[in-house]
Amino acid sequence: MAATSSGSATVTLPADDQILITRDFDAPRHLVYKAWTTPELVMRWWSGQRGEMKLAEIDLRVGGMWRYVMVADGGFEVAFHGEYREIVANERIVNTEVYEAMPESEVLNTVTFTEADGRTRLELLTDCGTKEVRDAIVNSGMEVGMQEQMDLLEQIAASLR
Amino acid sequence: MPHVARAATTADAFNAVAEPRRREILDVLADGERPVNDLVHLVGLTQPQVSKHLRVLREVGAVDVRDAGRQRLYRLNGHALKPIHDWVKNYERTWSERFGALDLVLEDLKQKEHEDGSDE
Repeated sequence: MAATSSGSATVTLPADDQILITRDFDAPRHLVYKAWTTPELVMRWWSGQRGEMKLAEIDLRVGGMWRYVMVADGGFEVAFHGEYREIVANERIVNTEVYEAMPESEVLNTVTFTEADGRTRLELLTDCGTKEVRDAIVNSGMEVGMQEQMDLLEQIAASLR
Repeated sequence: MPHVARAATTADAFNAVAEPRRREILDVLADGERPVNDLVHLVGLTQPQVSKHLRVLREVGAVDVRDAGRQRLYRLNGHALKPIHDWVKNYERTWSERFGALDLVLEDLKQKEHEDGSDE
């Protein structure tokens, strides 16, 4: 059977302080929701190809906390946590998110799952609150990217010894 | 995927870059100077749409324009924008990789549901 890749994620900006990611999945939404909210399943996909998951804690109720920790390929830990603000099973989750290296820049995420013909569109809207927070996230993201490159360089250099 | 050109609320470099079609235009201009007609052809939008995107990109200084005979030529002036452009691409790639891994988990879940279907 052919790979089920449904194309790449699309990033857009609905407003100056918002980042929207959209992606279609070849699965009904109750399964996408399950994969999004079950710790053992999150452990299998959230790190993508950037490292290994170390922890995924999900207390899926309003006021409940979540925390994800990933060990990036360079060996450094990247951790995020937040609180669930709104939960509509299989439809919508609203949660805060704090990148622990930058505790002052909390954002609000709204994930919506929309099903059509057995396929699911996932939309992840990140509301930064202000353009300044958004810029801080962008700047830190660039630092993380650079950090990854530095670590990679270090590994390559070590392997040449 | 949204195809409608969104009006920029303000001239903001991030906003200018975090729009898929504008990134396509920037990518085309990265290879060299182009008249609008080339961009219309290469990006697959109407001329008014391309012009609107170019206006946003000019406002934040991402592209420059000069008159050459009867043509107006656009070129990338993206030194200031490159870090943001790179960030958006990186962010998109991170999520694409994540979602690629999620596709595999979903295949397993679908398979499992299919197998369990007869018991339920």
